[in-house]
Amino acid sequence: MRLNDLPRGTDAVIDSVDDNGSPDPVAARLRELGFVPGEAVRIVATAPLGGDPLAVRIGFTRFALRRTEAQRVRVHVAKAAA
Amino acid sequence: MTPLNIALVGNPNCGKTALFNLLTGSRQKVANYAGATVERKEGWFTTPAGRSVRLLDLPGAYSLNATSPDEAVTRDVCAGTYRGETAPDLLVCVADATNLRLHLRFVLEMRSLGRPVVLALNMIDAAQRNGMEIDLPRLQAELGMPVVPTVGIRRNGARDLLARLDGVPPPVPLPVPPGTDLHAMVRQILADCVTHATPLSDRMEERLDRWVLHPVWGPVILLVLLFLMFQAVFAWAQPLMDGIDAGMGLLGEQVGRLMPDGVLRSLIVDGVIAGAGSVVTFLPQILILFAWILALEESGYLPRAAFLLDRLMSIAGLSGRSFIPLLSSFACAVPGIMATRTIQNPRDRLVTILVAPLMTCSARLPIYTLLIGAFIPHRNVAGFMNLQGLVLFGLYALGIVSALVVARIMRWRNPDRREATLLMELPAYRLPNPRDLALGLWERARIFLMRVGTTIVSLTVLLWGLSSFPKPPAGAVGPAIDWSLAGRIGHLMLPVFAPLGFNWQICVALIPGLAAREVAVGALATVYSLGSGADTDQAALQLGGMLPTHWSLATALSLLAWYVYAPQCVATLAVIRRETGSWRVVALTAAYLFALAYAAAFLTYHIARMF
Repeated sequence: MRLNDLPRGTDAVIDSVDDNGSPDPVAARLRELGFVPGEAVRIVATAPLGGDPLAVRIGFTRFALRRTEAQRVRVHVAKAAA
Repeated sequence: MTPLNIALVGNPNCGKTALFNLLTGSRQKVANYAGATVERKEGWFTTPAGRSVRLLDLPGAYSLNATSPDEAVTRDVCAGTYRGETAPDLLVCVADATNLRLHLRFVLEMRSLGRPVVLALNMIDAAQRNGMEIDLPRLQAELGMPVVPTVGIRRNGARDLLARLDGVPPPVPLPVPPGTDLHAMVRQILADCVTHATPLSDRMEERLDRWVLHPVWGPVILLVLLFLMFQAVFAWAQPLMDGIDAGMGLLGEQVGRLMPDGVLRSLIVDGVIAGAGSVVTFLPQILILFAWILALEESGYLPRAAFLLDRLMSIAGLSGRSFIPLLSSFACAVPGIMATRTIQNPRDRLVTILVAPLMTCSARLPIYTLLIGAFIPHRNVAGFMNLQGLVLFGLYALGIVSALVVARIMRWRNPDRREATLLMELPAYRLPNPRDLALGLWERARIFLMRVGTTIVSLTVLLWGLSSFPKPPAGAVGPAIDWSLAGRIGHLMLPVFAPLGFNWQICVALIPGLAAREVAVGALATVYSLGSGADTDQAALQLGGMLPTHWSLATALSLLAWYVYAPQCVATLAVIRRETGSWRVVALTAAYLFALAYAAAFLTYHIARMF
């Protein structure tokens, strides 16, 4: 699943960030900001008028991403906390 | 002893500027980096042991792998390769103790620069309040650099940092071996040194964001905030503005009484005091507006507003980031255009600069107020709305809609194949700190007054000269300005402006109105021989009464439409030149605004005449 398909409020874990062309400065920046495999991620809000951009929480930080940016991030839904 | 050169570096939103303000107080100088439109903030202070320090507040950066001009400056200054900048003797890297997961990665990058680094663990109080425990000695050992706790918003909050600066200079840290996964390293360090790493304040963020970023409530909150802001700017500032206006009038009178009648007195009273005074009058409005913008910025709200508006702005081909500069332009396009520096995409920045003059700045208000008061009847529409207020609102809306359309057209004329990006941090909510607000406001006020002191005063003096010379011959009838150069130019302009319904008096008033729009009110007063333009309010009051006998409604509406667009502000054009470094952009802006103004006034005049 990709981050832009993740429902709001669902906890997920990042699998990878894919480059869209090379070099891809957006993907590189996402990785620097902590979008790296294993990191927990959640969509906390979607903007009015069509739900773009997304407000994404990663670590203790929130970022606003457009859907085209979020598309680079592969995630899987986290199992409910044990 | 030569001063110690220190550079403050860190992620955006790490509290770096608060720490900078705490260390340097008001001993700061703001300028630009040589050859770049990136703001350069430098300050001075003395350590307790008497060591003098020159402190450079570098732009916030997420990485040394720069993606914006700001980050490139930070990278090059840190590396000591920026031309014209002294290589720093010491880097003080600032990290938010409540957000180490993000900030420590950049700290590790700093180790590769071959310069001594001290880590300032900022907002340590907030981290402790959240129940976080940080093992400082261990963190210091694992990072390989001295670590000092700081609180940028508290007195003495930099005590440990100052003590460290007076101590033995720190060694150059060992670079992280190339190819290391910095994120894995950060995770390991956090696991080793920090207990209870989930800040409790996160829950507060979550709760606030549920409302602030809500698809329905979010825009409602934004509208309420904007409404309050404009209410503050236009209602609360009035008594202060009246006070300054009266003060300037009094000053002009006093000076006028002290000096003998003659050219010099006219120059000082009608040129300098009246010209500068009419602009200084706007200082309260601009300060209130900036107090709001700074408070919204410091609190972490503005990026959220940008998030809410990104979709709307993308219709115009811009991103949410353009919202802040355009909002500032409602006070004055000059600071608005300066605020475009935060837009990373160069094309978005250029388009934002080009449309910023379309936002209704406060200098247009005296003209709008005069014309609406004189020509639009004071009557209710639909029971609760006032027709005059509605027209004013319409003029604002016209500016905004035009800006969006023009931005869209520019985007279409100049397509960019690169992807439009947003990728923006939504920082933690924070209570704005009074000191940082005060210093920020002081800076704005200073820039504004400098502008008044230089550009506008010199222009008003020039225009005073044009309007005063040559003197009318003895026994001449009619206003003196009719005989002056400005009067002659006004008559020469008439054929161009007659299709808009303008008479020669309006053409004459447009000339001094070039310096600053509001000067046109005083100029109209002078043309219609209502005495000097020193007291704009008084003049406007009398003018309002007599204008309807001289102008048709169509002429008045045409002039209103003209003012929505006309590039009648030399200061705006000057700042565009400074920010873009290009006369071509200045010419383009002036040309398209002039064309729009002419077309709008022409259409308005001819449509209005049909009724």
